[in-house]
Amino acid sequence: MTDLSILNPEPAAALGGRGTVGDYFVLLKPRVMSLVVFTALAGMIAAPRPIHPWLALVALLAIAVGAGAAGALNMWYDADIDAKMRRTALRPVPRGAILPGEALGFGLTLAIGSALTLGLLVSWVAGALLAFTILFYIVVYTMWLKRWTPQNIVIGGAAGAFPPMIGWAAATGGIDLGAIALFLVIFMWTPPHFWALALFREGDYAKAGVPMLPVVAGRQETRRQIVLYSLLLVPLTFLPALLGTAGWLYTTGVAGLGVLFIWRAVDVYRHREGAAGDRACKKLFGFSIVYLFLVFALIIAEHAIGIAAFAPRIG
Amino acid sequence: MRQAVDQPPFSPDDLARRRRRSIALALILVGLVILFFVTTIVRLGGDVALRSM
Repeated sequence: MTDLSILNPEPAAALGGRGTVGDYFVLLKPRVMSLVVFTALAGMIAAPRPIHPWLALVALLAIAVGAGAAGALNMWYDADIDAKMRRTALRPVPRGAILPGEALGFGLTLAIGSALTLGLLVSWVAGALLAFTILFYIVVYTMWLKRWTPQNIVIGGAAGAFPPMIGWAAATGGIDLGAIALFLVIFMWTPPHFWALALFREGDYAKAGVPMLPVVAGRQETRRQIVLYSLLLVPLTFLPALLGTAGWLYTTGVAGLGVLFIWRAVDVYRHREGAAGDRACKKLFGFSIVYLFLVFALIIAEHAIGIAAFAPRIG
Repeated sequence: MRQAVDQPPFSPDDLARRRRRSIALALILVGLVILFFVTTIVRLGGDVALRSM
């Protein structure tokens, strides 16, 4: 009898091909993707030159797929860390539903495809920016900064700040000060947002060996940094109005939201112990998501209603 | 070793999942074709039909 087992020495599970369509969808980090698409849409709408609605749709689709590709590549590289953390242990790669190689192939295909599609169909500047964003997120943040320095999310946060700039570039074919102002808002928002999460998930990060600020510099220093970055963030949100990208509705809105953000950050600084401390961090984390959504929703709403900017447009 | 010869490497469940992935991939490819076609028409603009032959 011929022993054919030599032709197939591994069990089917080891060969891969077991992931469902849903598993692959999870690999795209759909929740992150939705915020990326939303901020890209705001950048597109705030841009001085209107874009054809179909091209806007194509650009948003490419940006969404590009964000998903970055998520998939991140899950491929971070599978070892994800397996150790409660929040991420059930992701498809650590769960074994999708093999790391499959996630890598999936992510690379989508990354190259989305950047090329955006470049070919809408704007090469936007396509190049999308490719750079994915590369930055994977190589600079995921592979380098994340496991090396507590400044990981400060510098790595740039990756999440690029989408409005990509949206702006899709509409205008270039980048100017208005786009950079939108970038700066997300860039400065990222540290307090992630440090609030890191404060109540500190044990997870310590277990996985990720040098988040609370793990390396302590909870007290993290709270101080949260307040500092919040104080830097709020004035920056007025920049789009000063550059003539946004008007009175936006200015009034971000003023109120800014006060609430600083209040939440100070609350984290004041409540340092026990359940009250955890609660304050969770409240800041939750509010920071709503905050960013509302800041960019105000830009979209102003342009939809037709409220004019009060400052002359610069950039 | 005898079992490895007789048993198919993928279970019916695996094959069903593969089929659903293939259908999803086919739909994505059809979507891409439509996307590129419509975008080409949009980028060319309406006046393309008016050119002299």
